[in-house]
Amino acid sequence: MAVTTYSSTSVRFRQKTTTRWLVRGLGVLILALVAWRVVTVGLAEGYPATFWMSQLINGLVLGGVYALVALGYTLVYGILLMINFAHGDVMMIGGFTGFFALQFFMALGWLQGPAALVALALILIVAAGMFGSVLTGVTLERVAYRPLRGAPRLVPLISAIGASLFLQYSVLLIFGVSPRVYQKPALIEGGFRAGGVFVPYTGLIIFVTSLFLMLMLYLIVQRTKLGRAMRAVAEDKGTAALMGIDVDRVIVFTFILGSALAGAAGVMLGFHNTVVKFNSGFIPGLKAFTAAVLGGIGNIPGAMVGALLLGVIEAIGPSALGIPTEYKDIIAFTVLVLILIFRPSGLLGEVVSEKRA
Amino acid sequence: MLVLDQIHTYYDRIHALKGVSLTVDKGEIVTLIGSNGAGKTTTLRTISGLLHPRMGSIYFEGQPIDHLPAHEITRLGISQSPEGRKIFARLTVRENLELGAFTRTDRAAIREDMERVMELFPRLRERLNQRGGTLSGGEQQMLAIGRALMSRPRLLLLDEPSMGLAPLLVDQIFRIIRNINEQGTTILLVEQNAHVALSIAHRAYVMETGVIVLEGPAAQVLASPQVREAYLGG
Ligand SMILES: Nc1ncnc2c1ncn2[C@@H]1O[C@H](COP(=O)(O)OP(=O)(O)OP(=O)(O)O)[C@@H](O)[C@H]1O
Ligand SMILES: [Mg+2]
Repeated sequence: MAVTTYSSTSVRFRQKTTTRWLVRGLGVLILALVAWRVVTVGLAEGYPATFWMSQLINGLVLGGVYALVALGYTLVYGILLMINFAHGDVMMIGGFTGFFALQFFMALGWLQGPAALVALALILIVAAGMFGSVLTGVTLERVAYRPLRGAPRLVPLISAIGASLFLQYSVLLIFGVSPRVYQKPALIEGGFRAGGVFVPYTGLIIFVTSLFLMLMLYLIVQRTKLGRAMRAVAEDKGTAALMGIDVDRVIVFTFILGSALAGAAGVMLGFHNTVVKFNSGFIPGLKAFTAAVLGGIGNIPGAMVGALLLGVIEAIGPSALGIPTEYKDIIAFTVLVLILIFRPSGLLGEVVSEKRA
Repeated sequence: MLVLDQIHTYYDRIHALKGVSLTVDKGEIVTLIGSNGAGKTTTLRTISGLLHPRMGSIYFEGQPIDHLPAHEITRLGISQSPEGRKIFARLTVRENLELGAFTRTDRAAIREDMERVMELFPRLRERLNQRGGTLSGGEQQMLAIGRALMSRPRLLLLDEPSMGLAPLLVDQIFRIIRNINEQGTTILLVEQNAHVALSIAHRAYVMETGVIVLEGPAAQVLASPQVREAYLGG
């Protein structure tokens, strides 16, 4: 699963050259505009280095969470050549499940207890989020995607958009519009100073957890028998079946992995943003998708690199460009447009050809 | 061991196999020859479960298998080295071989079998940690056969193992195929290279546009004027 998948990227739009140059020109224009803003606004402000450092830290924390979600997009794409547009909402369900677990442990008094108990409760809360997302993801695969396997590629995509809306509005119906507030245990409030830069505990925990989960995923995909089967199925389902691999089971396993990561991300995003509501998965989902495309969709290390990079760009961007933070979402999507213009295969995606010896 | 009874296989509306019947007995090498587009690959894919017949039955060791999915048929002891090798290009040679043993859990024996494959094909040993896609055509063919052996099949399906290989390598591969058979694996061999196939097979079937047109002991088929003219250049 190291790289983009065959048939997809090798099919190229054959644009007229004039159109292509117009689009490229637009891309160059955007880049020039960005550079101009950085020089005239961002640098002119003369922020101290510690300011940039703390932005960088914010970016890495958010990037780590995006990475977990981006991996779900990329894993599923690697195997089914399908963008699971409901993936952000799968994450949101994890956020809700985690919220209820949080309430539960709050009521039990664990989160007000000694550090070991708080840590255990936090781990269980993340696990609950993972569980909620896995249940959702696996159900979606079974109900919304599997029956459409073999249909033209646009069909499951539409089903995914439907699934996304279904999840959002079901949650809206059940829990209403008002956000649920993630109350942080007192123990992880605050932070510490390192070389004049403030590092929040929550951020640190989120980042370390993200890295840990990414490492686990890497080990599963690269070192286990099931991971090997996943990579085989990603390359060639028929031949994988000839090896005795139950392709359907591997696909379910892929959804389990991706959803579990998303569930953990949903909980951590809940702590990071302090709230979760029915549409909390939408924008982060799109950004994680952007990150996956930035790294090269289908490519696992690409999703990690792309997401960290996107997180950092998004954190530094508003100050560097002099954009009010309410508008910071525009940055991620500008990045998406720029990659699609200049390097549709992504940073680490191979430019793939169909040839085989 | 393997019985195909009046098999009809379609690709949508294309009627590719029109009532194919054949049998393979335990211990045999049976070859299926025929010109391009005759339906040889389709026959193998129907046996291994990648395609399902619309009519007819397939029995393996007495059990009907024509409705089973491919991965279950592999578990029963049928293994296929597919046309065009179908090596997992992004996986290493070692991983390709390990995938061949996917259905097995006996680690020690798997390691022994990997040794055995590397004794058959010493070239693979030097390339164990190389990606499958970087191998030469001949090496990929060796890997495809080796990978198919890793499941310890009782029946091995080979689809054009000589394709694209230099004559010297063809001889070598066919010696190995005979060797594998002598060690107890039954083989159904699909070939365009009729001469070599008939020289190592016990029995042969000749196929034309989805039907079997001739069958018999390999020597007899080799001698038949029909085959001499069509496949062996007169
Ligand atoms: N995927 C497919 N879709 C439609 N028709 C197919 C497909 N694969 C094979 N066919 C058709 O089925 C017939 C049998 O093809 P098959 O590949 O079994 O022939 P073959 O004997 O293996 O030929 P070759 O020696 O060239 O490999 C051919 O007419 C071919 O065009
Ligand atoms: Mg063929």
